[in-house]
Amino acid sequence: MTGAIWNLLLALAWVVLSGDFTGLNLLVGLVFGYIALLLIEPQVESLEGYPARIPRILGFLGFFIKELLMANLKVGFDILTPPWHMKPGVIAMPLEARTELEITMVANLISLTPGTLSLDVSDDRKVLYIHAMFLDDEEELRRNLKEMEHRALQLFR
Amino acid sequence: MIEFIKGTFVISGALLMLLASLGILRLPDLLTRMHATTKAAALGVILIMLAVAMHFSEVGVAARAFAIIVFILMTAPVAAHVIGRAGYFVGSKLWSGTVKDELRPNYDPLTHELKSGRETEANARREPKETDPS
Repeated sequence: MTGAIWNLLLALAWVVLSGDFTGLNLLVGLVFGYIALLLIEPQVESLEGYPARIPRILGFLGFFIKELLMANLKVGFDILTPPWHMKPGVIAMPLEARTELEITMVANLISLTPGTLSLDVSDDRKVLYIHAMFLDDEEELRRNLKEMEHRALQLFR
Repeated sequence: MIEFIKGTFVISGALLMLLASLGILRLPDLLTRMHATTKAAALGVILIMLAVAMHFSEVGVAARAFAIIVFILMTAPVAAHVIGRAGYFVGSKLWSGTVKDELRPNYDPLTHELKSGRETEANARREPKETDPS
């Protein structure tokens, strides 16, 4: 969190000093601020872990958008062609997430990727019940869900 | 070039929304319909908003478009989850082609208790058997 604040402050300083008040210049400032923080990270204790987090977030965004597009195409194809190729079903996914916030995040992400919809969490918060549209390859689906959860949790820890 | 990208975004966004509405008409049960409406429609809105931001290329418009995208991403899954969950527990029938339902045996309709099936170590390691009630 301190890392993000410093990054923003450095970007603002860049914008003020360069005198070009546009969104693009702010973006440039953010990049430079990030590089500066990356360089001084080994010496400043409170910054630890911040520079490593940004590529992770970007990687996660890329991964998520790819999943979103692929699965949308799949669902779209099934809606448009007359026979049903889907095999819907409800599966139980053991949760790695522990706190309420993490579970909310993971459940929302799962709901957002097409083909899966989070239904409910068990009372002891250990299992998430998911309605999936394509259960042709259950193992594969479970692996994908696990990977998604794992990547999402890494952003917080 | 930018015209081309904008056009592609608007058209594919509109197509996705059309797909979502077709999905509501065609899909057989409540849960599969929730699939179609939330995701395709959300992606459609996102694409159209991106095109809007590109078209006007002003900070104010772009900020608002971005805010709309964030709010859609925050609210769409919650709405889908709540409607789907309520529908499931009220007892809307699942489609006849549904291959699996791991929730039903763990749910107690009288107490509304939802077990995880992993309360104890032995439970968690147990593999499904032929004789299990489905």
